[in-house]
Amino acid sequence: MRIEFSDLGLVYYKDSYKAQLEAFNRVKEGIVEHALLSCSHFPVITLGRQAKTNNLLVSERELKEKGVELFNIERGGDITYHGPGQLTAYPVFNLNLLKKDLHLFLRNLEQVIIGTLACFNLKAEQRKGLTGVWVEGKKIASIGISVRQWISFHGLSINIKDDDLANFSLIRPCGMDIMITSMESVLNKPIEIGEVEKIFKQEILKWPK
Amino acid sequence: MAKVVLPELGENITKATVSYWFIQPGQQVKEKEDLVELTTDKATFNLPSPAAGTLKQIFIQEGDTANVGDVLGEIE
Repeated sequence: MRIEFSDLGLVYYKDSYKAQLEAFNRVKEGIVEHALLSCSHFPVITLGRQAKTNNLLVSERELKEKGVELFNIERGGDITYHGPGQLTAYPVFNLNLLKKDLHLFLRNLEQVIIGTLACFNLKAEQRKGLTGVWVEGKKIASIGISVRQWISFHGLSINIKDDDLANFSLIRPCGMDIMITSMESVLNKPIEIGEVEKIFKQEILKWPK
Repeated sequence: MAKVVLPELGENITKATVSYWFIQPGQQVKEKEDLVELTTDKATFNLPSPAAGTLKQIFIQEGDTANVGDVLGEIE
């Protein structure tokens, strides 16, 4: 499996979105088979198609004061937060070359995250009927994707830094009353985003054919 | 008349929710242009129009769920 990796660093949401569209076109035109963008975001809340506005627990004015951006986007799922303490990854995969199966794609992404966390001695798991990855009953990674012409975009985020969890209190994540955790919270030691990113890229190359 | 049919979206996927019609009844659509967005689990899927023409009717409204093989709308 050939993946073009791009590390965007710490970026504003709109810049990563533009990079995703560019990657989408490269994949669509067959310039690359698959692409993976990795980054961290300046604080941003994104609302998916199923988002209910009452899952945003503060006013837009309060968000502005806190320096948190807000975007409506076309991915699946409800409401989520992205920030500088997460690794966010956008797999732009050509499913015409893999399996044309939306649920299998979600489950495979979960396995990549679980494999990544296992390298840090974190035992993570899937939950039947709920997309995402969980550790000790708390959600540590979220997923929401879109597929157009059987090419994926949008993606996933893994909570890494402990000090970025407070902003989850601005929302009801995914429209559910769930507890959120991070790698640092569970491991009780500092973890660098770059370390996780490196392992994540190795794990995603194990994608099943 | 071309039928807009909910396609196979995966091995164990029997249904999906119509989450967004990009085109409204009476509007023109090109072949392969995004016509309707389907949602299943945490994934959305843009279904392209099967033909060029006018979207004549919508049978499954936004927020409603349909089974694989169901007709979602008609292009004339």
